Amino acid sequence: MTTTHPTATAPARPGPAPTPGTLPLPAGTARAVTTAGAVLTLAATFLPWTWTRAFPGNLTVTGYPGGLQVLTLTGALLVLLFLASGHGVRGLRWLTPGGTTAPLVLLTAGTFATTWYAAGAISVTLGGVVNLEPGAWIATAGSLLALAGALGLPADTPAGTDGPSGTGAPAIQRLRHSLQAPAPRPARALPDWAEILLIAGAFAVVLYVFTYGIATEYGELFVGFLLLTGCAAPALAKAGLIRRVSRLTARHRNVSIAAAFVAAAAFPFLQSDNQFTSIAANILIFATVALGLNVVVGLAGLLDLGYVAFLGVGAYTAALVSGSPYSSVGLKFPFWAAVLTGALASLIFGVLIGAPTLRLRGDYLAIVTLGFGEIFRIGMQNLDGISGPAVTNGSTGIPQIPDLEILGFNFGETHSFLGFDFTRSANYFWLMLFFTVIVVSVFRRSDSSRIGRAWVAIREDETAARAMGINAFRFKLIAFALGATLAGLAGTVQAHAVSSIDPEQYKFVEAVPPNSAFLLAAVILGGMGTVGGPLIGAALLFLIPAKLQFIGEYQLLLFGVALVLLMRFRPEGLVADRRKQLEFHETGQLDVPDAKALAPVDGNGNGTTGGPDGPNDPGTTGPGKAEG
Amino acid sequence: MTTHTTTPAATGTGEGGTVLEATGVTMRFGGLTAVKSVDLTVNSGEIVGLIGPNGAGKTTFFNCLTGLYVPTEGRVAYRGTVLPSRSHLVTQAGIARTFQNIRLFPNMTVLENVLVGRHTRTREGLLAALLRGPRFKKAEAESEARAMELLEFTGLAGKRDHLARNLPYGEQRKLEIARALASDPGLLLLDEPTAGMNPQETLATQELVFAVRDQGIAVLVIEHDMRFIFNLCDRVAVLVQGEKLLEGTPEVVQRDERVIAAYLGTPPEEVAAASRPGGAEDGPGAADGAPATTAERPTGTPDPGARNDTGGHGPAGTEGGEKA
Repeated sequence: MTTTHPTATAPARPGPAPTPGTLPLPAGTARAVTTAGAVLTLAATFLPWTWTRAFPGNLTVTGYPGGLQVLTLTGALLVLLFLASGHGVRGLRWLTPGGTTAPLVLLTAGTFATTWYAAGAISVTLGGVVNLEPGAWIATAGSLLALAGALGLPADTPAGTDGPSGTGAPAIQRLRHSLQAPAPRPARALPDWAEILLIAGAFAVVLYVFTYGIATEYGELFVGFLLLTGCAAPALAKAGLIRRVSRLTARHRNVSIAAAFVAAAAFPFLQSDNQFTSIAANILIFATVALGLNVVVGLAGLLDLGYVAFLGVGAYTAALVSGSPYSSVGLKFPFWAAVLTGALASLIFGVLIGAPTLRLRGDYLAIVTLGFGEIFRIGMQNLDGISGPAVTNGSTGIPQIPDLEILGFNFGETHSFLGFDFTRSANYFWLMLFFTVIVVSVFRRSDSSRIGRAWVAIREDETAARAMGINAFRFKLIAFALGATLAGLAGTVQAHAVSSIDPEQYKFVEAVPPNSAFLLAAVILGGMGTVGGPLIGAALLFLIPAKLQFIGEYQLLLFGVALVLLMRFRPEGLVADRRKQLEFHETGQLDVPDAKALAPVDGNGNGTTGGPDGPNDPGTTGPGKAEG
Repeated sequence: MTTHTTTPAATGTGEGGTVLEATGVTMRFGGLTAVKSVDLTVNSGEIVGLIGPNGAGKTTFFNCLTGLYVPTEGRVAYRGTVLPSRSHLVTQAGIARTFQNIRLFPNMTVLENVLVGRHTRTREGLLAALLRGPRFKKAEAESEARAMELLEFTGLAGKRDHLARNLPYGEQRKLEIARALASDPGLLLLDEPTAGMNPQETLATQELVFAVRDQGIAVLVIEHDMRFIFNLCDRVAVLVQGEKLLEGTPEVVQRDERVIAAYLGTPPEEVAAASRPGGAEDGPGAADGAPATTAERPTGTPDPGARNDTGGHGPAGTEGGEKA
C-alpha cells in the first residue's frame, strides 16, 4: 500500500507493474531533483527578490524573509519534511500515514504557484521582470525544479485501478493517477491525554493559519496565502493526516467541540488590530445565519432563496426596540427581551411564509421563497410614511442603533482584561460566538433525533417518508420556522453590531455577504448537512471579498467560476458529512479501521473512488470548526 | 372515503377479526378507471395475495388503501375504523407498506432507515430533542433497541451502519420490510417483494413473510411470481383491468381458466374470432400489459361456480369484460 521505500532505488515491488509518475524520471533522480529544487527555493527566500520597497512586504532584505517570501519558505519546508517522511526518515514517518507522492505533488505545486505568483506580482506592480533580483529567479527556478521532480515520483497506488495509467498512458491520466493516495495506516493507540493534546495542537495550527489569513495586510499576500493553503490542505488530506485527526476528534467529540470554541474565543487575544476582529465578528454573524439555513437546505432539503429576509426581520425588530432615536417605536427593551422579540418575529414571519409555500416542491418552492425575500426588502422600503405606514424609515433604514449593555457591561466601550485591550468588535465577537454555540448545539441536537431523521427522510424521498407516517408538511414547516428563528436570533445581534440597518443589506444577491445567494453558496460550498461546512464556507465567502477588494467588479465573476469548479470537482462541498463520507466509501464501514479493507476494494475499481479527488479527503470536520 | 375522522364501524374487531375491509373501491383518473369497485377483506393472521397482469391496477389499489390516493368511491376500513385519506395517518393507524420500486432513504444508514419507521410510535418533538431530557434519551434508546431487533429479525444487524444505497438488492428489499415493520403495523402491504430476486432470495423472502405472519401481522402481497404467491397465501385475489376477477384459495385460482387467460392471453384463433378488444384502457402505470389486453374476452365463458369458496366477497367474478 504505502510506498515508503527505504532505499532510493526504483521500487522493486512484486505484483503489479511499477507505476511511473507524470514525467518519465527514475524514482531516485526524481527524489533528488525534488530535494534540490526545494532546498534551492528555501535558500532563495533569504535573498532579496526585488530592489525596492515599493512592493508590499519588503522583499529586499538579505537573510530575513518577509511577506510572500515567508509563504514560499513555508511551502519549501513542508516539501522537505514530507520528502523526508516519505523517504522513511525516523521520527517523521507520522507525517505521511497515507500517500507520499500525492502530497508532494500538491505541496510542490502550491510552492510553485505561490512563488511564481509572487514573481509575477512584483513584475506587474513594478513594471517589468527587470525589477526581479536574483533571489526571485532562483526561487522560481527552484520551485519549478521541485515540481518537476515531484511529478517524476512513482505514484502511491498500483497501476490499473482506473484504466491505463502505465508508461503508455497520456500524461494527464498519469497525473491524475499520481494524485491518488491510499487510506492511512491505522494509527497507533495513544493514551487519552496524548490524543487530546494532539487535538489541541491541530486546533492551534488551524487557528494560527486562519489568523494569519485574516490578518494578511495586502491583497497579494492573501492570494499567496490562498494558493499555498489551497494546495497544502488537500496535500494533508492525501497524506492521511486529516483523516487521522478527524478520527481523533470523532473519538473525543466533546473535547474537540470545546477546543474548537476555545480556539475561536482566543482569536481576539491574537489581534491587535480592531479591523480583523470586526471581520471575524461579521464572519460569525454570516456563519450563524448560514448554519440556520443549513437546517432548511441541508437537513430538510428545502431550497430557500429568500432566507436573508429572516435575518432582516430579526434585525429590524431589534432595531425598532433598541431605543434608537430613528426607531418609530419609542421602546427600549433589555437585550434578552429584544432577542426574544426578534426571534419570535422571525418565527411568525417564517410560519406565515412557510404555510402557503411549503406545499410546493423543489424549483417552485425556490422561486416562491425568492419572491418572498424580495417582498420583505421592498416592503421595508415602502414602510416609510409615504408609500405606507411610517415604520422603517424606508431606504434610509434605522441608523444610530445604540450599543448593547448587558448587566452594566457596555459593548461599545473598550475593556481591558489580562493586559489586553478588547475593543467594541471583540465584545460583539464574543457575544456572537455565544450565539453561534447556541445555533450549533440546536443544529446538532435536532439533527440526531427523531425530528432530524424525519427531515432527512423527507429530503431523501418525500413519498416514502409520508408512507412511514411522517407528516411531511408539518415537519417541513418546523424546519422552516426553526431556520427562520435562528436567523432572527443572529439578526438581533447584527442590528447592534453594525449599528445601522437599511433594506439594501438584505438583497438576494450582492457583492458582499450576507445575502441570500451567498448564504446558500456558503452552505453548499462548505457542505450541506454539516456543522463545519457552513462555518468554513461562510468564512471563505466573507474573507475573499473583504481581502480581494482590488479585483473589484470581477469579484462575482471569479466567485461564479470558483463555484463551478468546486461543484465539478467536489460536489459534496469542502466538508463532507457522514453520509457523504459513506457514499464515497462504497465499503461503507464506519468504525472499522479500513486500511486493510479498503486496499483490495480499491483494486476492484469501484466507480466513485476512482475519481481524481478519490476517497481521501472527506472528513475534515474536526479541525474546520476552529475557523468559526 | 373523503372524511378522515375515525368513525367506528360495526364490523368485528379484535383477535381473529377483520383487519382490512375495502368495499367498492373505485379510482378514476379523469375518464380512466384504474380500479373499479373492488372489495377485499383481509382477516387477522392471514396472508392474502393480489395478482393480476401488468396494468391491472394492483398498485393503484394499494395506493388507495394507504392513502396515497383518495379513492373516487368506496370505503377502506382498518379494524372497523374508516381510514383517513392521508398516508401518514394510515401508517399511524397501523398499515405499513413497501414499494414496488424500492423507496428506501438511500443516503441514510440501515439503522436510520428503520428508525424513521419508528416515527409514528414515538412522540418526541423539537423541544425534547433540544433539551435532551431523560425521557428523550429513553425513547431514543427504546427506538434503537426495537430497530436492532427488527434488523436481527431480517438478518441485517451486521450492516446497521451501511448506507441503504450500498446494500445489495435483496437486502434493500428486506430493509424495506424491516422499516415497514418498525411502525408496529397490524397489516403489512408488500408491493412485489421478490421482483428481481433469484430463487434463493425469493425463498428467503417467503420465510420472512411467514415469520411476519407468525408475529400476528396480517399481510397483503402483490406479486407476479406465481410459485411464491401460491406457496405463501391463504387466499388470492385476481385483479384484471381494474376489477376483481375472482378470489379464492391458491388451488382454485391456479386452476381457473380466466386467470390463465389473463396472464397468457387466449389462443390466437379465439382472438381472431373476437372483435378486437383494444388495449387502451389500462390503468396508469400499465407499462407492458401486452398479454393483459386480450384477457377480457373469455371471462364470460367458464362456469362461475369455480370461484367464491371463501365467502364470496361482493361481485368478485362478474362479467369482467365490459369496456370502460
